[in-house]
Amino acid sequence: MPGLVYFSSASGNTARFISQLGLAAARIPVSPKEALPELPDDYVLICPTYADGEGRGAVPKQVIRFLNAPEHRARLRGVIATGNRNFGRFYGMAGDVIAAKCAVPLMYKFELAGTTADLARVREGLSKFWGTECLMTA
Amino acid sequence: MKDDAQRIAIPRAINWNRLQDDKDLEVWNRLTVNFWLPEKVPLSNDVQSWATLTPEEQTLTIRVFTGLTLLDTIQNAVGAPAMMGDAITPHEEAVLSNVAFMEAVHARSYSSIFSTLCSTKEVDEAFRWSEENPHLQAKARAVLETYAPGADPLKRKIASVFLESFLFYSGFYLPMYWSSRAKLTNTADLIRLIIRDEAVHGYYIGYKFQRGMETQTEARRQELKDYAFNLLFELYDIESRYTEELYDDIGLTEEVKVFLHYNANKALQNLGFEALFPPEAAEVNPAILAALSPDSENHDFFSGSGSSYVIGRAVATEDEDWDF
Repeated sequence: MPGLVYFSSASGNTARFISQLGLAAARIPVSPKEALPELPDDYVLICPTYADGEGRGAVPKQVIRFLNAPEHRARLRGVIATGNRNFGRFYGMAGDVIAAKCAVPLMYKFELAGTTADLARVREGLSKFWGTECLMTA
Repeated sequence: MKDDAQRIAIPRAINWNRLQDDKDLEVWNRLTVNFWLPEKVPLSNDVQSWATLTPEEQTLTIRVFTGLTLLDTIQNAVGAPAMMGDAITPHEEAVLSNVAFMEAVHARSYSSIFSTLCSTKEVDEAFRWSEENPHLQAKARAVLETYAPGADPLKRKIASVFLESFLFYSGFYLPMYWSSRAKLTNTADLIRLIIRDEAVHGYYIGYKFQRGMETQTEARRQELKDYAFNLLFELYDIESRYTEELYDDIGLTEEVKVFLHYNANKALQNLGFEALFPPEAAEVNPAILAALSPDSENHDFFSGSGSSYVIGRAVATEDEDWDF
């Protein structure tokens, strides 16, 4: 069953997007001491961006640690990045970095917790991508 | 003498190796790495471009920048110091001291633009205009009320996020507009540095607000949410009139208002609240979005358009962290 994996820091923007999305999603824990939840067979990763003024540090450490495991990378099918256009050319750069490192498509970028338009776009896009429309959680 | 000595509260020396909130160090690092001064931007390259603006466009631009200077001055001298007193952790207080200083750098930057592009007389006139403009003064007053001693610390953070993430944008619109028409592009580079800083400030203060909300009762959380939306309506009303006064003559008022909606929604998200304006009312002109984040393509793999499928673009991947 394909699905979603995401990271959200304590500020919770990505988590708010996921809860609005209404699709099952596994959260990469903020603390490395916490255990990983069970992962879907294939998944799209939704990841926020933390780049500095030079574009460094775009991908959160927790996500890098997660992707360093070959068994996690093997199931990654695409990435959706969140960010803020106020960071200029580094807007949503976590997506560019992960797409380049893992050779998967960068599917979409949206700002902060997303808009209702972003929610619709991602729902529809993922549904088409997986070729199924029965991803909604009960 | 002994009693006096006991009354003076001595802060504990700050230990950055014992954090109560990891976000403090994360934001400290981000802000300090992003440090800049206006001297790093070659503003004088805009002198020729400035001469291509009509006198009305020049006056508008100087006025917009004096309005922005006022907001930066308030946040530097009053807002950030007031929030330092509310800080829960010593590290938060230190981060806010950086916020305060960078606001001074922003305020300083507008004067650098002025001294490079404009005459002293024009600038003095614009500062006088800012002191007499009722809408600008009204928004300053609305924010300053929450910064007054004894005011509610969480309401102060709400107003502060609105200042950082909403009130600046009636002004930021103009240099982004000029930049989209290949005018004042160096000035736009400087403004983008300010926009980047304000984004971190709005994010951090909004984050601290959300932490504060967690300790409140349900009734109090509702009160604060109502307060936030009411204050936003009040500020939006002022901003609309300010925008009309500035932009009616150049015919940009409606476009600026859309930009206000878009940024009001983002300010609310920084506070952990849902957006207020529907997406169709917040659809910013793509040229302005491109000016905000140049070279950042609009990725939509789902739409199937060819250019959005990017794999292997050269980016800084920090190989010391990655194992592959």
